[in-house]
Amino acid sequence: MPQRINLRVNGEDREVEAPARRLLVDLLRYDLGLTGTKEGCSVGVCGACTVLVDGEMVASCITLAAAVDGSEITTIEGLAQDGRLHPVQQAFIDYGGFQCGICTPGQVMAAKALLDENAEPTEEEIRGWMMGNLCRCTGYYKILESVVAAMSPASSNGEGQGS
Amino acid sequence: MIDFEFHQASDLDHAFALLADYGDDARLMSGGTALVLQMKQRFSQPGHVIGLRRIPGLGSIEKTDAGAVRIGALCTQRQVENHPLVAQRLPLVAGAYRHVATPRIRNMATVGGGLAHGDPNQDPPPSLIALGASVVLSSAGGEERIVAAEDLFVDYFETDVRPGEIITGLVVPPAPEGSGAAYLKFLPRTADDYATVSVAVVVTPDEAGNCGDIRIVLGSVGLTPIRATAAEDALRGQPLNDETMRAAAATVQDAVDPLEDHRGSTEYKREMAEVFTRRAVRQAMTDTGMV
Repeated sequence: MPQRINLRVNGEDREVEAPARRLLVDLLRYDLGLTGTKEGCSVGVCGACTVLVDGEMVASCITLAAAVDGSEITTIEGLAQDGRLHPVQQAFIDYGGFQCGICTPGQVMAAKALLDENAEPTEEEIRGWMMGNLCRCTGYYKILESVVAAMSPASSNGEGQGS
Repeated sequence: MIDFEFHQASDLDHAFALLADYGDDARLMSGGTALVLQMKQRFSQPGHVIGLRRIPGLGSIEKTDAGAVRIGALCTQRQVENHPLVAQRLPLVAGAYRHVATPRIRNMATVGGGLAHGDPNQDPPPSLIALGASVVLSSAGGEERIVAAEDLFVDYFETDVRPGEIITGLVVPPAPEGSGAAYLKFLPRTADDYATVSVAVVVTPDEAGNCGDIRIVLGSVGLTPIRATAAEDALRGQPLNDETMRAAAATVQDAVDPLEDHRGSTEYKREMAEVFTRRAVRQAMTDTGMV
């Protein structure tokens, strides 16, 4: 049964008509063309489809779009501001926090959600939080280094922004 | 996924009205982490899904007059795990919720949804049963029915929630004064997996330092969480030493009825149920501070 779904996506109001079974990941990718969000496992385990709904990290592959009608959604496309990458994105570039790249949008969104909530997590807290974002290239150490670096972007290695 | 109609309930009365309208053809959904997967796999094909997340008043965690903690059914599992009142009064429960899947799933999954799902592999139920928690079921007209967590799970993915009822709260008393508690989860595969075997123990020593009261509850080893009453009976009134703990834990093999799956064979899980019961009783005893 098609219904109107209103979302504020990356700061922009969007209205989509979609059946109730439309998943948030599909609405983002196919209805709105925001293909930065990836679908990996389709069962909420791998973290590739991570987006923020009203600031909270969720798995968009098991979220009904209709159930989050009226919410504010942040995807990987919404992180850069005025042509400048978000500090987490910059840190992933500076520290090589990706290999094939398919898990990267989810990793970045998860790291952003962590740092939004806890500006200075311990390494153990980062590991505990990021455990739900799988990297089949197993580039975990570089991802960890990237998140640590993103905590204090001013002290990043200088190839990126600012310092 | 077969298509359906989605209804966002604006409050409890609205949810009851929708339930009355659509009856058996409706499923309730809060976080959706369980139901959406079941619908994707077509295990569940409801014509109507009633969303509960926007219902006000079910998202708080408070101390009751009797000293227990009342957790609103729409609290996410991460809220429970991180709430100071839960950490302080129910460390066993905070730890059990922290074992569930990943932070992202715990951000979505709710306390009430988890209970209603009735999956015997879930982390929280053994601890909730060991502490004597109870579940609040509401129905139209403001009626409430209280069911012990121990009695909620009646069969494989089947609960005692009746047609027209919605789980609205969970009331958990703190462990008794002087008691010790433990929750062990045997996870041979990955950190976000369901347990191969899980065991929650709450033990209260008597004045002589022997086992006064004890509750031992296992998860992932049967169609529901299983209380190991023979092991409890074997320990009550006894000194807690290697010999008594071994003898009691051995009885658990007969209490469990594990399903074979990729986490292990029936025989293996049966043995691990004994091993982890022994370890959990020992850890709970250590937690009393008397050892």
